[in-house]
Amino acid sequence: MAESKIHFYPKEPLIALVGNPNSGKTALFNLLTGGKQKVANYAGVTVERKEGKLDLGIQTLRILDLPGVYSLYPRSLDEQITCNVLQGRAIGEKKPDLVLCVLDATNLRRNLRLVLAVKRMGIPCVVVLNMMDLAHKRGIQIDLLQLEQELNLPIVDSIGIQSKGDFAVREKLKSINFSKISSDQQFSKEQDEQSYTVEADNVVVQGILQRMGLDKILPDPISDRLDRALLHPILGPIILVVVLFFIFQAVFSWAELPMSLIEKATDWVSQFILESMPTHWIRSLIVYGVIAGVGGVLVFLPQILILFFFILILEESGYLPRAAYLLDRIIGSVGLSGRSFIPLLSSFACAIPGIMATRTITNTRDRIVTILIAPLMTCSARLPIYALLIGAFIPARQIAFGIELQGLVLFILYIAGIVGAMCVAWMLKKLTSSKNAFHPLMMELPSYHLPSIKNVGIGLWQKMIGFLHRVGGTILVLTIALWFLASYPSAPVGATGPAIEYSFAGSLGKALAVIFAPIGFNWEISIALVPGLAAREVVVSSLGTVYALAGQANNSAEALTPLLQQGWSLATALSLLAWFVFAPQCLSTIAVVKRETGGYKIPLIMLTYLFTLAYLASFITYRIATYYGLA
Amino acid sequence: MRLDQLNNHLTKRVKSVHTFPTAPEIPHQLAEIGFIPGELVTVLRRNLFGGDPMMVRIGLSTFAIRKQEAELIEVEDLENHG
Repeated sequence: MAESKIHFYPKEPLIALVGNPNSGKTALFNLLTGGKQKVANYAGVTVERKEGKLDLGIQTLRILDLPGVYSLYPRSLDEQITCNVLQGRAIGEKKPDLVLCVLDATNLRRNLRLVLAVKRMGIPCVVVLNMMDLAHKRGIQIDLLQLEQELNLPIVDSIGIQSKGDFAVREKLKSINFSKISSDQQFSKEQDEQSYTVEADNVVVQGILQRMGLDKILPDPISDRLDRALLHPILGPIILVVVLFFIFQAVFSWAELPMSLIEKATDWVSQFILESMPTHWIRSLIVYGVIAGVGGVLVFLPQILILFFFILILEESGYLPRAAYLLDRIIGSVGLSGRSFIPLLSSFACAIPGIMATRTITNTRDRIVTILIAPLMTCSARLPIYALLIGAFIPARQIAFGIELQGLVLFILYIAGIVGAMCVAWMLKKLTSSKNAFHPLMMELPSYHLPSIKNVGIGLWQKMIGFLHRVGGTILVLTIALWFLASYPSAPVGATGPAIEYSFAGSLGKALAVIFAPIGFNWEISIALVPGLAAREVVVSSLGTVYALAGQANNSAEALTPLLQQGWSLATALSLLAWFVFAPQCLSTIAVVKRETGGYKIPLIMLTYLFTLAYLASFITYRIATYYGLA
Repeated sequence: MRLDQLNNHLTKRVKSVHTFPTAPEIPHQLAEIGFIPGELVTVLRRNLFGGDPMMVRIGLSTFAIRKQEAELIEVEDLENHG
């Protein structure tokens, strides 16, 4: 058959991974390709197609990881991606030469229905029975040869989370001659997927399972026992709150030692440079620009890692969808479907993956609302700002039962973001939702897994590298740029105030301070907010640079914290904390919102409402604090 | 009897899945995750306030569903079926 259009695809054979959500496709993909895609124990982690290369020695294969699907009848955007690829309709990608149909061996009943659907598409298919270790543990014995005959497809087994767990898959792929692979059973148009009912497929699957002696329902005793406590109607929510509370306590108490070490190291370096270098603008750039700025952000690395350590453990264990179950009443009452939970949760790391994860939401209105409120989940870039201000202005003391005040305030700030998001969703429900809307939950609660140390380690390592990249990239560049803007033009002869007040940045800050004075922000804060639009942490590095320059007359490199304590009232600090609960998003988030919603309307609405909320929250906070004499 | 009326820990069989006027795709979605006539279903537990959402075992899978979804699922006694 002649192609009318010429496409240039890489010549390597293309293998697509298809399977039910949470059947371990991405874990297998990482094993095969040496990739490091995000893996977690809940449905819907992968929302985009990801490509990797598998070197088999004799030839190289391209492997595509696809979002999980329950059938080949797509409804949400992520499922659409998978179906388009399989039908050869995806832009910029050819029809796969082979499909690896990844099955969760502990749940063949549901997974086999998808195999039947894939088989009908006529693409050569190899069935991979994944999670064989869990199946063995639960006493599920699967006769591979018999299943091979029943399905008339080659079958291999795998353990996606174990190194070398992909051995059989590799061996199978090596044995296939891709140049001779049959593509004659083309997917014909009348073989429409919809004409096959799920019921009919289910009868076929039941027959297969019955003949193989696998039709009994074997319980999962460990998960059931854990759920009895963790999802208990009264005990469950209490455990959830205690767990979250403990995490925020740990963010402060565990980080103390590593933070003071980093602080001491940066102090030592800047003192060393101040003493060994002659007074020169380069010395000023290094000490007051780079070290004060970048070092000021770097010090928060331990806290970020501690937070992610807990998030990764919760993700791996399978507890997160259960937290969604416990909190569903709140999400449901503001008119959102259960599918909004995972995107919102991802936004605590960063709003960008969170907004992309909204692709799993089928209802367009629900998806837009979720995108709009995702930035109210406190992203990890805001943690340095919270930590700086809490560390400087909230005394480190125990209030009761071993609860630390600093951890409590951090917890409250996170909760404030969530409450704000729920209020916005509720208002949008009043404005846009129809009475008869259907907001389904339909969320799978997977078996509990013991988190693997290796996966948590890899996750933390990637977080650290990512953070250091930001520090060495965006943050460093913006800090240097700010140093120039805050140093030139230099002060006129006979000037009385610090030189920075006469610089570009100083003038800009003073102009902006007119807008921000009613909420208690001084001109130093106003300057720092501008580069903070690029990345949140830059606010911290900018404050470091601005205050270092303002105080350079005495030739010392003092830490930022004592300078803030002297310079700001408690009312100002509280107002700035309130600002960052709602503050308009960084530019990259806005760009992603524009891309995902296909226009400027939603990003504009988002910017406007976030700015208004942030200003109002800060105004109220500042006024109340002033009334109580904290200004 | 509908699934939302079923007591906890009783196992029934799915009889049929009703459609919902404003969301015609819902029965299909429910079928995909396993709510197919003949499948065994058990309500494992319910949340404290109004029993919403509920945790159900359908076939081999465990799902959290809301009352709104459970209201669409008609169940019957095990004996009524073959």
